[in-house]
Amino acid sequence: MSHAPATTAPGKSIWDGGISPMNVSYGKLMMWFFLLSDAFTFSGLLITYGLVRTSNHAYAGLPKDFHFAVDTWPIPEKVFEAVPFLHGVELPLVFVGIMTFILIMSSVTMVLAVEAGHRMDRIAVQKWMLWTIVGGAAFLSCQAWEWTHFIVGTDTPTVAKAFVNGEWVSHNVFGANLVENQYGPPAFADFFFFITGFHGFHVFSGVLLNFLIYYRTVTGMYDRRGSYEMVEKVGLYWHFVDLVWVFVFTFFYLV
Amino acid sequence: MSHHSHEPQITVLPPNKEKIKQLWRVAGILAAVTAVEFVIAFTLAHGVLKTALFVGLTIVKAAYIVGEFMHLRHEVKVLIWSILIPLIFVVWMLVAFLWEGFTLPRI
Repeated sequence: MSHAPATTAPGKSIWDGGISPMNVSYGKLMMWFFLLSDAFTFSGLLITYGLVRTSNHAYAGLPKDFHFAVDTWPIPEKVFEAVPFLHGVELPLVFVGIMTFILIMSSVTMVLAVEAGHRMDRIAVQKWMLWTIVGGAAFLSCQAWEWTHFIVGTDTPTVAKAFVNGEWVSHNVFGANLVENQYGPPAFADFFFFITGFHGFHVFSGVLLNFLIYYRTVTGMYDRRGSYEMVEKVGLYWHFVDLVWVFVFTFFYLV
Repeated sequence: MSHHSHEPQITVLPPNKEKIKQLWRVAGILAAVTAVEFVIAFTLAHGVLKTALFVGLTIVKAAYIVGEFMHLRHEVKVLIWSILIPLIFVVWMLVAFLWEGFTLPRI
């Protein structure tokens, strides 16, 4: 979008009206402030994860000697080591690496759609929006598989002890739910579900928005409007989803 | 074909090769930094240094995504600061909560 340059008559401030001091449209500015508020929400989730993790008993030994226990916070590379079609093969963090790559690539195709929109190139916008939707759908599919694996669990259970009717009873824990899990303290799985779930819901909404933009591009709405700025606004949202994943990847899977 | 008179006159410009090249360069940097993070994850022992490296590299990636993909680096200064300054609250929360987290086990 082209705007009037932020120059004013003598004695007038750029905030006196008539021009856009931030040099962006209202819609784009509001998208920025929405994303800022969304960043606070994700910060709340991730920082609370940090609080609970640092206040829990941390494993101090070597990664190869690590075994799951319900009272020890797990090391993520031991939890996330499965890859589809390769059952029983230990490939730590490989699948989540693939997911990260998919999301970065879909961010690139999104920014290429924005570039095409600047040039009013409908065919190119269609092409790159479609690739972005494919990337988002691929990411969601990967996440569905990862959640399934996390919930179902590994072949060998973790033994948990509970004090029932005055005596200690052991029982096997397979996989994870919100109450108990085989990987570590209940809070570990709770944070996994809430953080990756909240992010996944953002990806899902992003795919719907991207499809709406794609549909409106195909039907020529933005050509008639004379501007592809909606692609930019939804693009900002989509890049933000990628940005959040960068933080989730580091603080949930790597650290 | 009189109804075609309402069709807008669209001028499609050729691709901005310079800009597209720059976008792919940023994508390459993001992929490379992620690859470095992978190497660090399996070579360094868990500790302060490892965490600091991860945080540093994450901020590098975030800066490229927000600055180039979201175009914030090329916006006017007042917009850049309107987005960045409120993030002080995130830093504050981070410091306060991690302080609590490290203190809780000692109570």
